[in-house]
Amino acid sequence: MTPRCFQVHPSDSVATLLDDVPTAPATVGVLSSRGQSEVTATEPIVQAHKIALRDIRAGEPIVKFGVAIGAAISDIRAGQWVHLHNCKSNFDQRSQTLDVHTGATTDTKYE
Amino acid sequence: MSDAATTSSPCWLGYLRSDGRKGVRNLVLVVYTVECAQHVAHAIAAGEEDVHVVGFPGCYDNQYAIRLMLALCRHPNVGAVLAVGLGCEYTRPDKIAEVVRESGRPAEWFRIQDVGGTKSSVERGNSVISNLKSQISDCPRVPMTLADLVVGCECGGSDGTSGLAGNPVVGAFFDRLVDAGGSAIFEEIVEMIGLNQIMLDRAASPQAREQLAAAYDKAVRYCRDVRQWSASPGNFAGGLTTIEEKSMGAFAKSGTRPIQGVIKVSQAPPHAGLWLMDSVPDEHFMQFGYTNPNDTEGIMDLISAGAQIVLFVTGRGSVIGSPVAPLIKVTGNSRTYQRMIDDMDFDAGRVLSGETTLDQAADALRDLIVAVARGRQSKPEALGHREYFLMYKHQDTPPLEIGCRA
Repeated sequence: MTPRCFQVHPSDSVATLLDDVPTAPATVGVLSSRGQSEVTATEPIVQAHKIALRDIRAGEPIVKFGVAIGAAISDIRAGQWVHLHNCKSNFDQRSQTLDVHTGATTDTKYE
Repeated sequence: MSDAATTSSPCWLGYLRSDGRKGVRNLVLVVYTVECAQHVAHAIAAGEEDVHVVGFPGCYDNQYAIRLMLALCRHPNVGAVLAVGLGCEYTRPDKIAEVVRESGRPAEWFRIQDVGGTKSSVERGNSVISNLKSQISDCPRVPMTLADLVVGCECGGSDGTSGLAGNPVVGAFFDRLVDAGGSAIFEEIVEMIGLNQIMLDRAASPQAREQLAAAYDKAVRYCRDVRQWSASPGNFAGGLTTIEEKSMGAFAKSGTRPIQGVIKVSQAPPHAGLWLMDSVPDEHFMQFGYTNPNDTEGIMDLISAGAQIVLFVTGRGSVIGSPVAPLIKVTGNSRTYQRMIDDMDFDAGRVLSGETTLDQAADALRDLIVAVARGRQSKPEALGHREYFLMYKHQDTPPLEIGCRA
């Protein structure tokens, strides 16, 4: 089955994966209020994470729900995974230190 | 009567309290006034049906915590109270029992040091409980509808599905509840970061707008000061990248109706409708702890406003429950629902798979809430989950003209 993702708002530059994308490249169906389209995932992405629907330049806002949920740290190409490694909050600084896959803390000392 | 007519205006029997509010349970609440009395309080309640426990761990008292305990003791689901102290602490079990009696509920208290030790205190407690239970067994039962319900919603263990399905389904239920004349409360203003304008546009009045703006500014200030934003490792692992993204998903639980204003912890909504609860500490010479240390704390805050039932939206999954008011677990992630089926009450993920529409899911959630109000145990309730977390905090006492305290 083709994995699917959901674009909440027509202006969103990212969509949320409804299924896993275990291997890449892979065609992903994009569901939205305007109907269905496709994007090619260029790397594996797990369910509930985000995929870029179009190219986003470093410094540009990442748009989801029709609002800026953060800013791109580096250039992002359509089909890439969008997460802590290439998107940062405009408020929360600490999240940049968390493990990109597990979210585990890396800045608290256990000694 | 057809099924459709039954679900459009459900009616069941509730427990009438002397302040006019109606409960969906008839509980005895054991409340302890310091951590040193915690074991005895739990031993008293162990194995007893419809006896729940809450307590405050600190020896030094705290106005916020006392207000919170009193709000829980006078909750519509609570019929009677036993306050248990050790004897050294600042918080006074005698005063708790006195205030609870003034609310028309039977209440008793004792200090462990006066009674003897663990065994004699548990024996005393057991006999008090059995006496209180018989006193509330004839509590008047009265018809109850959605208009009598106050429902709270908290989210925790959120993932990318929470904002797409779990919270939107709750939001659509909240719209139905408000339209039926009931009250809906959402909190976690620290998870509305970046949404100032979107929130203000939902204000029901200029006064509500002012309250929302002040609460938002305070929350951002506080998060900056304590350098803590309300997003957890599990949220990031679950695909949420920023607090702004989590906030948009969390705000979806508020539905679409106008926000009547802001209430603080332990304050009942002044009138029906949709309300935002502010649980962020107010300015104080002591900056107490963190804004929302865990989900359990937030759930107790919602219950303190008189919520007879609380919804908990979790994408990643969670195994908590709550004393005083049943907790209903909603997940937007069907995998989580299947993996934790013994703990999850409602699978909102079926909206994402196309098996159901948002409106159908909201109707089904309403039916489940009504069933729990009628007496069916929610899954956390049946599993015996009764977690609570009462902390030191400072909030200015809400002026009485804002509305009666719970």
